Amino acid sequence: MFEFKLPDLGEGIAEGEILKWHVEVGQTVAEDAPLVDVETDKAAVTIPSPRGGAVTALSGKVGDVVNVGDVVAVIDDGSAAATVEPVAAPEPPAAVAPPAAAPAAKADGRRRPVPAAPATRRLAREMGVDINTIAGSGPAGRVTADDVRGTAAAEPFAPTAESDTAVHVPASSVADDQAFAEFAAHAASTIPFLELEPLPDFAVDGPVEVEKLRSIRRKVARKMVTSMTLVPHVAHMDDADVTALEEFRKSQKSARSGDPGIGSLTLLSFVIKAITAGLRAAPAFNASLDPFKEEIVYKKYYNIGFAADTGRGLVVPVIKGTDRKSIRDISTEIAEKAGLAREGALPAEDMRGGTFTITNVGPLGGTAMLPTINYPEVAILGMGRVQEKPVVRDGEIVIRKILPLTLAFDHRIADGADAARFVGELIRQLSDPNLLLLET
Amino acid sequence: MVMGSLRQETQVVVIGSGPGGYVAALRLADLGKEVVLVEERSAFGGTCLLEGCIPSKTLIHAVEVKENALAAAAFGLGCTGTSIDLDRLREYTGEVVDGLSGGITSLLKRRGVTTIQGRARFSSSTTVEIEGGEISGIDFEQAVIATGSSLNNLPDGMTSSVWSSADALKLPYVPESMLVVGGGYIGLELGLVYQGLGSKVSVVEFFPRLLPGADHDLVEVMVKSVQGRLDNVMLDTKVRSIVEKDGGGFTVRVEKDGKEDTHEYAMVLVAIGRQPNSGDIGLEHTKAQIGERGTIRTNNECRTDDPNIFAIGDVTDGPMLAHKASREAKIAAEVICGHPVEFDNRAIPAVVYTDPEIAWTGITEREAEDGGIAIKVGRFPLAALGRARTLGRTDGLVKIICDPDDELILGVGIVGPHASELIAEGTLAIEMGATLEDLVATIHPHPTLSEAVMEAAEVALGAAVHVNPPRRP
Repeated sequence: MFEFKLPDLGEGIAEGEILKWHVEVGQTVAEDAPLVDVETDKAAVTIPSPRGGAVTALSGKVGDVVNVGDVVAVIDDGSAAATVEPVAAPEPPAAVAPPAAAPAAKADGRRRPVPAAPATRRLAREMGVDINTIAGSGPAGRVTADDVRGTAAAEPFAPTAESDTAVHVPASSVADDQAFAEFAAHAASTIPFLELEPLPDFAVDGPVEVEKLRSIRRKVARKMVTSMTLVPHVAHMDDADVTALEEFRKSQKSARSGDPGIGSLTLLSFVIKAITAGLRAAPAFNASLDPFKEEIVYKKYYNIGFAADTGRGLVVPVIKGTDRKSIRDISTEIAEKAGLAREGALPAEDMRGGTFTITNVGPLGGTAMLPTINYPEVAILGMGRVQEKPVVRDGEIVIRKILPLTLAFDHRIADGADAARFVGELIRQLSDPNLLLLET
Repeated sequence: MVMGSLRQETQVVVIGSGPGGYVAALRLADLGKEVVLVEERSAFGGTCLLEGCIPSKTLIHAVEVKENALAAAAFGLGCTGTSIDLDRLREYTGEVVDGLSGGITSLLKRRGVTTIQGRARFSSSTTVEIEGGEISGIDFEQAVIATGSSLNNLPDGMTSSVWSSADALKLPYVPESMLVVGGGYIGLELGLVYQGLGSKVSVVEFFPRLLPGADHDLVEVMVKSVQGRLDNVMLDTKVRSIVEKDGGGFTVRVEKDGKEDTHEYAMVLVAIGRQPNSGDIGLEHTKAQIGERGTIRTNNECRTDDPNIFAIGDVTDGPMLAHKASREAKIAAEVICGHPVEFDNRAIPAVVYTDPEIAWTGITEREAEDGGIAIKVGRFPLAALGRARTLGRTDGLVKIICDPDDELILGVGIVGPHASELIAEGTLAIEMGATLEDLVATIHPHPTLSEAVMEAAEVALGAAVHVNPPRRP
């Protein structure tokens, strides 16, 4: 028997959500054949089976979160347990399926159904809880409705449906109603005037496809709701004239296309460098507000994140220590990290520790946007599309390359005047490459 | 429009209109489904209503009234004799059945359920063909099979002019003497009806006991009470042959312990069980599978092996009881509509309408013994109960079976008048996960027979005030 434990999926990743099993109990799996798809906060990976043999147990169903080191599968590879791990004492088998004896198991070994009222049993099914795993608090171990709710609350993201994506779930199932009612009541008790109503059954008006909110999407959802709920956002917009900068960038790029840093040189690299200089001058935009301690934490380091669209969802790679890096270094690092993020291979370490974020939707288009702050940072800069526009210079209409910029910032820490100064300084630096040389 | 080739489309088709089928159709309609109900017979209600529970309980009640009238002599109420108008009794039974069947018709109509008379056979997992109806077939998304069960065929060597339970319920006439083949609940109930109407009734049973499913102590009380009413009870006895005599009557050869014996009866009533109606419904054209005993294999969501097809009631595993079918009907309907339900019932009550009645629910003592399950039992005799005395019916007892460690109620058995009604409390107690204390601490109205349930729980708890404690040595 070989107990396969969820391997380390990369720095800092402690758990993953089971997306799909490639095998069933009883099936034979070949060595290196796909065993299970697991999605972490950053990526989905297919984990191959390290051994060949019959699958005798799988722990966890689709949607379950398993920790690194948990036994996820037991494979009968013909070896006895002792020969696989000859020295170490056998691991406690608690994490292996089948589940630990239910509380209702009697001392004499027989099992009887858990005592619980029919309505309580139904509640458990609605909340996606296996009632037989609950130790009831009532007489004779009777499981109460509160026991069920307590168990459900302890595993808040346990999916109620076993099936994966694209299954039509009746929108107004009683389970959803109940969970929703409890949630809405709780939310309404904390936010005055907040009124939440269940979504209508969209399937009534036409065919729909339902997909579970999974790791990266769910993570983005949480971050965005947290940010928009906690942070009073203010946006400041202005245009930068990047005619000279673009001229300089393109000439360098074409002249030195063999150099990986210069060959892939983008406007973003210059903006990161200019922002770094701006943050040194305006430390409020490189801070965080701790609402619980009522403190403002000013960070003396400059780690600039940039939003990357990976096809699996939004990921923010972080370039660290931008005050100590050249534009060329930054450019090299952007290309490298964006590539890793698209492959889902960016180490977790490269996604944390940011102090300021830039979102550059320009290449896809857009003149103005209202970006959401990457909480707990204080500000985010949105870059629009560089376009040639007629502008007035010295009383004459001339054609210039214009970069629209939007700074969304936390009004608890900074005010409109601060933002105007901050963006003004940024525009000034982006207007002349020589200034970047001189001042950053 | 060409007759005979008209097809209908629907979301759900329900086959059979017994206590499984019609309940499923109503529930589905209430949950917003478009439903077609197919029934082969000309009236709704299935075996239960048309030739089972309802007519038999009507007749049993009639006989009970007569027996009570005669027993009233003990209270000083002279009853000089009872007369039986068989025609009126037959008519009255028909009125009861017709009234209820009409009720189902109107319930279905009000819900907008389309009903089709005819025989349905599956031609695929999404189609049934209808024989004998105006519609030739139905295209469905989901189907619920509620085709019920039918009487077991007689073994070879038996004449077919004997009565089945369905024949007996039609009250053709009251034979002078009658042998009931089968000592299960149907045979005993109908045997006692005909005895009450004037037949000399004997019972022959293959097994060594009557009512093999019930606990012996309950059956014993009933047997003792009906002993005087039955002519001859032959247990552990095989029926070798039933031969119709020229000029009427039957010669029945029986065998016990290798010895043969011959008896003569004016009529023989055969009540030897029922078989699921799973054949000849075209299941082979679907993915649904038939299990070992001829029942359609289902899971606890009432799903068959075919993802589109559900099955409920007698045609599936489990006791062939109307109330089990109705519960499954609601589960199947709700599962079809996406509700998170399943058949997780802890107890299915069983009721025998003998006199006195027998009812049990949850685990029996016999099952506990066979399964090696430790139990504690509290028994309370009706003789110690005020209400039973006022009724002059002290032949009975209530017993509560519980877990000896935590006193969780696992089973309840009752023999006595109105056992059929009293058992409901026991079933609720088991479903709710009640303990002895829950029953004991619940106020039961006085004077009623229901107090016996509370008293039996007190006995099990060792705290009964109405039972003398064991004498000290």
